[in-house]
Amino acid sequence: MSIHAAEAASDDVAYASQEEAHGIEPRRIGGTVMEMKNITLRFGGVTAIKDISFDIKEHEIRAIIGPNGAGKSSMLNVINGFYHPQEGEIWFRGAKRGPMKPYEIAQQGIARTFQNIALFKGMTTLDNIMTGRMTMMKTNFWQQAMWWGSAQREEVEHRRRVEEIIDFLEIQAIRKTPVGRLPYGLQKRVELGRALAAEPKLLLLDEPMAGMNVEEKEDMCRFILDVNDEFGTTIALIEHDMGVVMDIADRVVVLDYGRKIGDGTPEEVRANQDVIDAYLGVSHD
Amino acid sequence: MSTSPAPNGALDTFPKLLDHNARVRGGRPAAREKMYGIWQTWTWSELREEARALAMGLMGLGLQPGERVAIVGKNRPQLYWSMVSCQMCGAVPVPVYSDAAADEMAYVLDHSGAAFAIVEDQEQVDKLLQVVELEQAPALRHMIYLDPRGLRKYDHTTLHAFAEVVANGQGAAAEAGPRIDAICAAQQGADTCVMLYTSGTTGRSKGVVLSNDNIIVTARATAEFDKLVETDSVLAYLPMAWVGDFIFSMGQAYVAGFCVSCPESPDTMMSDLKEIGPTYFFAPPRIFETLLTNVSIRMEDAGTFKKKLYDGYMAHARRVGADILDGKPVSAADRAKYALGELLVYAPLKNALGLSNVRVGYTAGEAIGPEIFQFYRSLGINLKQLYGQTEASVFITVQPDGEVRADTVGVPAPGVEIQIRESGEIYYRSPGVFQEYYKNPEATADTKDAEGWVATGDAGFFEEGTGHLRIIDRAKDVGKLSSGALFAPKYVENKLKFFPSVLEAVVFGADRDRCVAFVNIDLSAVGNWAERNNISYASYQELAGHPKVYDMIQEHMEEVNASLAQDDMLSGCQVHRFLVLHKELDADDGEMTRTRKVRRRIVEERYAPLIEALYAGASEVYASVEVTYEDGRKGAISATLQIRDAKVFPAGAKVAAE
Repeated sequence: MSIHAAEAASDDVAYASQEEAHGIEPRRIGGTVMEMKNITLRFGGVTAIKDISFDIKEHEIRAIIGPNGAGKSSMLNVINGFYHPQEGEIWFRGAKRGPMKPYEIAQQGIARTFQNIALFKGMTTLDNIMTGRMTMMKTNFWQQAMWWGSAQREEVEHRRRVEEIIDFLEIQAIRKTPVGRLPYGLQKRVELGRALAAEPKLLLLDEPMAGMNVEEKEDMCRFILDVNDEFGTTIALIEHDMGVVMDIADRVVVLDYGRKIGDGTPEEVRANQDVIDAYLGVSHD
Repeated sequence: MSTSPAPNGALDTFPKLLDHNARVRGGRPAAREKMYGIWQTWTWSELREEARALAMGLMGLGLQPGERVAIVGKNRPQLYWSMVSCQMCGAVPVPVYSDAAADEMAYVLDHSGAAFAIVEDQEQVDKLLQVVELEQAPALRHMIYLDPRGLRKYDHTTLHAFAEVVANGQGAAAEAGPRIDAICAAQQGADTCVMLYTSGTTGRSKGVVLSNDNIIVTARATAEFDKLVETDSVLAYLPMAWVGDFIFSMGQAYVAGFCVSCPESPDTMMSDLKEIGPTYFFAPPRIFETLLTNVSIRMEDAGTFKKKLYDGYMAHARRVGADILDGKPVSAADRAKYALGELLVYAPLKNALGLSNVRVGYTAGEAIGPEIFQFYRSLGINLKQLYGQTEASVFITVQPDGEVRADTVGVPAPGVEIQIRESGEIYYRSPGVFQEYYKNPEATADTKDAEGWVATGDAGFFEEGTGHLRIIDRAKDVGKLSSGALFAPKYVENKLKFFPSVLEAVVFGADRDRCVAFVNIDLSAVGNWAERNNISYASYQELAGHPKVYDMIQEHMEEVNASLAQDDMLSGCQVHRFLVLHKELDADDGEMTRTRKVRRRIVEERYAPLIEALYAGASEVYASVEVTYEDGRKGAISATLQIRDAKVFPAGAKVAAE
């Protein structure tokens, strides 16, 4: 682990200086991929999200931050269809999205990881990542049980993509290890791998660095940046670690008590008085 | 196609050997690497085409004969054949330790005057760019990387993707091909083959220039000695910059024509070892120790029945296994029991270790613990010791089959002459003796005399009767205590390190009245022991300072003292006082070499207050040392360390050492 962390640390520094030194354009951020318009989400009498609008642009890293209970995870759950907002519209790739099941949304190209790891503990890393390709499998249960002809060809193709992800995330050594036996940081990485296996257009990460030590965080930052850079994946992430957010996010939206209190580049957000108040705990009237 | 180099006698360079192998065993595997979970194979003829294409690409970038090319990365088939590609252009490959920090790399790049660098990935590119930015490698013109990940947006004026260079080379075959053939045909055995930087146990590393004859003649002789053939197989996992890897994975592989497999990543080495099942295996003692420690730990946790089975059959193996291996007479009943053990315990265990097929195994670099050595031999693994140096193209002495012992390093290797001079220092002369230290004639003259005798820097003696060489210690470390008694720190340290719980030990005592020692505990062994004994700890530091751990180390120390007391020459080396260090000695802090040998002088400087406290008789001492993290940042680790006294025994006393 320590080797990777050191690589990650030195890479980050060098990466930044490289871009600056050679004046290379950073990744080109495109048009709007997803737009949330006036979303309100209520659980009985509790309003978790109140009239929030923001957009996510193609190829960007969009962070959602805010104190505990601000509605960040609820927002992510709205995006990937776990929750259906009472009010508001969700536009994805130029079309208004009707009520959909989470798996339908997954098929649209939205994948996610969870705050509390949701892997199949008894299955190996390889099998867990393979499940990420479920939505793309065309053969049916019986064909796969016989494992003959097209089912076999399909599995070989999926396995190839999974192996590419294993290589990308540098987890070859745990390929055949049941994930329940892995340390937390590695489980998080496997979960990222499973989300990547779905080849998402939009990747949602719910606190990808929660509970990690500095080394693991540095690792994870590098992988998030690499995913964004190599595959051009749009990423929306929730994160508590301000240092991480300010370093890797292109734009940040700040929630507090279900309301949006800030939106903009990390510098803009940092200078926003409402955001400072929310984080320093100034009393609300 | 090239003009084929003619008779067998002229196979004196790597490009010629490669042509030869592609011709006589073109369809046999030459290299393997696991990619995306599947072993990919290159045959000798494919490898030749790849190497030639790369050579033509390098030529296209302007690589000139006589220039040096740094090769930086972990073991990859492409990096191995890129060394031959360099030679095809008449250039000299300089493999560099890939885990070296930027400033260490800067030294090698600057000193070797490398014009090109072929590197593995972004990590190495960044390191080299840092060196270039500080203008520490003025001669470096082009950098070629293997793994494009993360490098897409880098400035590509002097940076090139490996695949692109190969493709350009293939395109230029008509023009570059004949030039390469001409260069290869003109090359001779006396030309420089490779430049290897020593790990630098003492001070700055030196560039050892080895000729084609040095490497190829040595490789050929030793391959014959161990009857290596094209069906053999090795796993290349040791640093490419180390002379041993160059001899095993390049020299002997090209001479004998066997296949070299590269692990998928350093972390998967153990499972790759199991999958490949090499027939010829080299590892420093530390690897064998780690393997054995892992086995012991797992057996401690195994069920009663399995544990009994294992203990019972291992006891039998210790009794007769090595004799069976050496072909000595063993009773039929013992043989039968051993055969049953093979079925139930030994074979499955060897399989789990990935050593089932090992026909010849070597360990060198440091002394190996007799128990560890015996463990592998008793399982029927033909593990042997050799003694060597970069300057000798590895081989100085080697143990022949059937004459293997833990406490000697064997008889002179084929073609090697050895002298022991009055000082006790070992000198040798052989076909493998290096040409010179690059740009350092004084050091060359100090080490190698006009007749070609080279000083090893080690003190030793030939054993009466058997003619086996025994090494005592580094000649300059062998000193005197103030009483005039012989002081051989390494000898004592090795005895200590044979205990699984001791990772490293450093003994001091030159020109003092008695010896004292630093000890590093082995976290996996001691950690497991702590777990079984309900000792809780939060960190390495806490575990190292635990009184029970101290008790255990003290026991070990006294056992060593007892055995030293029986040796008339070395009884003065008994350790009177010791402490357990709160951090592991680390190459990043300069305390060890990259091959993990302790740099005694530096440890002595860095921990001077601790040594003073050991001699002053204090019972504890406050220590704070600066540490360097792997990314170059610095920090400090501090702690208050206990100091313990160890019992010493009168010289010659017959103590019942258990």
